[in-house]
Amino acid sequence: MKRVGVFVCHCGTNISGTVDCAQVAEAAKDFPNVEYSIDYKYMCSEPGQEMIKKAIEEHKLNRIVVASCSPRMHEPTFQNCVERAGLNPYYVEMANIREHCSWVHPNEKEGATEKAIDLVRMAVAKAVRNQPLQKTTIPVTDRALVIGGGIAGIQAALDLANAGHVVDIVEREPSIGGKMAQIDKTFPTLDCSACILTPKMVDAAAHPNINLLTYSEIEKVDGFVGNFDVTIRQKARSIKMDVCTGCGICMEKCPVKVDSEFELGLAKRRAIYTPFPQAIPNKPVIDREHCTYFLRGKCGICSKLCPAGAVDYTQQDELLTRRYGAIIVATGFELFDYSVYGEYGYGKYPDVITGLQFERLINASGPTMGKLQRPSDKKEPKNIVIINCVGSRDEAKGKSYCSRTCCMYSAKHASLIRDKIKDSNVYVFYMDMRTPGKGYEEFYDRSREQYGTQYIRGRVSKIYPLNDKLIVRGEDTLLSQPVEVEADLVILATAMVAQPDADKLAQKIGIGYDKDNFYTEAHPKLAPVETHTQGVYLAGACQGPKDIPDSVAQASAAAAKACGLLSKPEILTEPIVTEVDEKTCAGCGTCLLICPYKAIDLKTLTERIAGEIVERKVATVNEGLCQGCGACTVACRSGSIYLKHYTDEQILAEVNALCL
Amino acid sequence: MKYAYYPGCSLSSTGIEYDMSTREIAKVLGIELWEIPEWNCCGASSAHLTDHLLALALPARNLAIAEEAGLDVAIPCAACYARSKATEVAVNESEEMKKTIQEVIERKYEGKSKARALLEIIGESVQGDHIKERIHILLTGLKAACYYGCLLVRPASTAFDDPEDPQSMDQLLHLFGAETVDWSYKTECCGASHETSAKPEIGISILQKIFIAAQNAGANCLVTACPLCMNNLDMRQIEVEKYFSTKYNLPVFYFTELVGLALGIEPSKLGLNKHFVDAMPLVQEVLNRKGGEQA
Amino acid sequence: MSVNEALDQKTPTENLENWQPKILVFACNWCTYAGADLTGLSRLQYPATVRILRVPCSGRVNPQFVIKAFQKGVDAVLVCGCHPGDCHYTTGNYFTRRRFLLMRRLMEYIGMEPERLQASWVSAAEAQKFQQLITEVTEQIRALGPNRKLRDVQWEQWNN
Repeated sequence: MKRVGVFVCHCGTNISGTVDCAQVAEAAKDFPNVEYSIDYKYMCSEPGQEMIKKAIEEHKLNRIVVASCSPRMHEPTFQNCVERAGLNPYYVEMANIREHCSWVHPNEKEGATEKAIDLVRMAVAKAVRNQPLQKTTIPVTDRALVIGGGIAGIQAALDLANAGHVVDIVEREPSIGGKMAQIDKTFPTLDCSACILTPKMVDAAAHPNINLLTYSEIEKVDGFVGNFDVTIRQKARSIKMDVCTGCGICMEKCPVKVDSEFELGLAKRRAIYTPFPQAIPNKPVIDREHCTYFLRGKCGICSKLCPAGAVDYTQQDELLTRRYGAIIVATGFELFDYSVYGEYGYGKYPDVITGLQFERLINASGPTMGKLQRPSDKKEPKNIVIINCVGSRDEAKGKSYCSRTCCMYSAKHASLIRDKIKDSNVYVFYMDMRTPGKGYEEFYDRSREQYGTQYIRGRVSKIYPLNDKLIVRGEDTLLSQPVEVEADLVILATAMVAQPDADKLAQKIGIGYDKDNFYTEAHPKLAPVETHTQGVYLAGACQGPKDIPDSVAQASAAAAKACGLLSKPEILTEPIVTEVDEKTCAGCGTCLLICPYKAIDLKTLTERIAGEIVERKVATVNEGLCQGCGACTVACRSGSIYLKHYTDEQILAEVNALCL
Repeated sequence: MKYAYYPGCSLSSTGIEYDMSTREIAKVLGIELWEIPEWNCCGASSAHLTDHLLALALPARNLAIAEEAGLDVAIPCAACYARSKATEVAVNESEEMKKTIQEVIERKYEGKSKARALLEIIGESVQGDHIKERIHILLTGLKAACYYGCLLVRPASTAFDDPEDPQSMDQLLHLFGAETVDWSYKTECCGASHETSAKPEIGISILQKIFIAAQNAGANCLVTACPLCMNNLDMRQIEVEKYFSTKYNLPVFYFTELVGLALGIEPSKLGLNKHFVDAMPLVQEVLNRKGGEQA
Repeated sequence: MSVNEALDQKTPTENLENWQPKILVFACNWCTYAGADLTGLSRLQYPATVRILRVPCSGRVNPQFVIKAFQKGVDAVLVCGCHPGDCHYTTGNYFTRRRFLLMRRLMEYIGMEPERLQASWVSAAEAQKFQQLITEVTEQIRALGPNRKLRDVQWEQWNN
């Protein structure tokens, strides 16, 4: 037997000034199932709540309708109130007669009262059909996974580890460090990148709470917040990590030489190698695609020379499955491939290089020991042209967005060049200078005034070789004149783009990505490090182009969010989720396609029908993943999936009540 | 293959060698050229600076006649090609423009007849093994700087070849045994528009750069697909030489002339004797090699 | 009594002079419901013709709710949610948008004025837009008059 109590609030005069509350309470008495109805000055006040509790006891009420302000304001208040009176909190239904009625119809007193009565009738009709719902808890595994071992990943892992949580860093390269390890100096302070990064790398490796899984990739992600089951592929390193001492003899004697990825093709590495001398872990890996032993079955020099006997050609990829409470994605970026720009030579001219290649050329630990020489003939360049926005802000051939970092690193490059070669000329072709960061505009000013960099506003239309020079032709749009520069070296500030396989990883984890394959945050302003998948957070340039300070800040923010999740042994889940009626579900799978959270799966039911064992597929909802949007309920052809608290029956009851 | 043929004004005057050689090689390659009867000016160099609709409508009439005959149009001149292509694209992109143009020319043009560059057509027709039998002599010893000019492969959205580093003429000449050089001036301006707009001194420095770049790249001739480029590069070469007191001595060919030479057509039938910079010594050199290196 | 007779009987009793339309608004919890709250907080006025029904997401609105509402005599239905691209549940309003286009065609097919079903995107900040929307729709529906086409007369007769 449903016994409904209706409580109409005056909210001082906020409501009663327009709506005749007594009339509303009186009218409610005639609604089906209403046993008790009353109006009162302040329903949310202590006496108001007492009044509700008392009425529940005296009139044996089991459904409560409060006609007052917006449920976004006081629904939790009244839910707690009825819970204290021994009722399920989801038995409360609210009619919004303040924001949606009295405040918007102050000059229509009759109409407002009539509307309030309608709204109460709707709420009563729904409340009668409300079912008791229980908040459930799900356990949280106190272990975090950080995908990507660049500066963002390292920072997030260190913050989590320092807060006492165990963290695994999965990095697909043989060493952590990421792009920052390749950079020479950092703007706007010009301090050495390695000097500030390598201590963090060492800290991460030595931290008792951090496990490094380098040369490893994510294979599969199952589960949900607090309980992600992640399968990690540890690629065969061909080196016994526990035996290798990192002495490096193997790398000296290996006969194979291939282009070094770390040096961006400006130097060679061996087939057995560490990417760079400060690599962590500082133990080599065998590149099986180029190793003579793996190609022809002969050689084995590294194995013969290794004093520790650490080389193991028989190693296989290993799959490791672990459970994590939270995941931080920090997979970083790649550089735009500028070979689509025919006007810059399609990548054919050796003395047209990218900004990151320049970082290696001017780096003291780089292929030239920091001596700036052009790749083609090792001459010291005197005239250097830097071109900004190569691939950025260009919808025709590149990306529509601004890569945010290029204006600054170009200013840095110009300053570094002038520092090393005093009699050089540096020209920067730019579209707009964008320097919105602390100390950034000042840094740009210094590059002009102190270092004498010449900024030319305009695009470069063509680069072509003439003798041993590169002729850079462009336009100075401030002077409206064509300009030509005879350059020795051209540096392209190429755009930051998402990792080429960023979309595949996003699909594995179940997070969103935009048209450029950058991962999308849950809200651009108020949830910038969360994703739409609970328990998965973003850090660094995988979410969009970012410089180092922003990446580090975002990494710490993501770590703080993950800490909040991991610091409790269990989390409460909202009970407003969908449920499947297995009797009528046909297992068509339409709901699987529509669910944005991958919360629905198909399972096999085994039934006995007319003496025969029959198997059939039905949908099943993972309550940990379901966010209660209800999109699936509309798509279901047999009406077999329903959203608790917002069932078809409940909503239709409201529609009916409105029209009586 | 049969094409409607739109020679344009240049090919009956300054560019007569282009017309002669085109008709000769078409015969040998089995391409039937049906000259559009009573064709009119394409409007290049003046109409598009005057009136947009006029510039689109002029070539539309030629295209409409070809469409009535059910033929695509082969266009040797790069400027004619560019204007005709612009009309074809405009008609296909906008129903409204199509109607307007049809009203203006008082003919139906539905955008079905395509404007095609002669270079592209010749390039297609020499694909396959059959061409080997037709090669009479190999053009060994020619080091050609292929000069596509500013109009032939632009704009990028409708170009039949790469607008920054086109290759179709290079590939065509390779097939006939010529070497081509890799150089950066393939699609630079030749200065023809400055010539027509009475600022010849601008054109001179532009031309000088082209000649120097071709020389530096090791070329012994220039090859073009545009009568205006030819005009500038060939007729004005002596003027530039005088101005800078130097000698380039770079004969300039239409690609059709070289194809014709390789196919064994007599040089005078191709108009090779009509050049300002005497092309015959280089032609003779190639012909003399014939004995030793016949295909 | 036939349906036509019922209609004939019903019509004269309606007083069209003082007739006010009844408009049902399905409002998503995250954007439009909050936007309507803000309209109240800002004390912006609109006609008391609408009844707002809260759903978690505009994607929860089943077309059958709309048809049912028309059968019950609602004069217009508004489906409101977050702006495309801003859905709290990422994709819900995209489905709404597609369903809405189909619904509009169905309306035309059965001879209902398509203005009686509208979709609009109102964010939690767009109080003024909500005010204008309700005012405009009320005007439109007043001009159209009551919904008689789909109203289930027999049902009303049997229940009265």
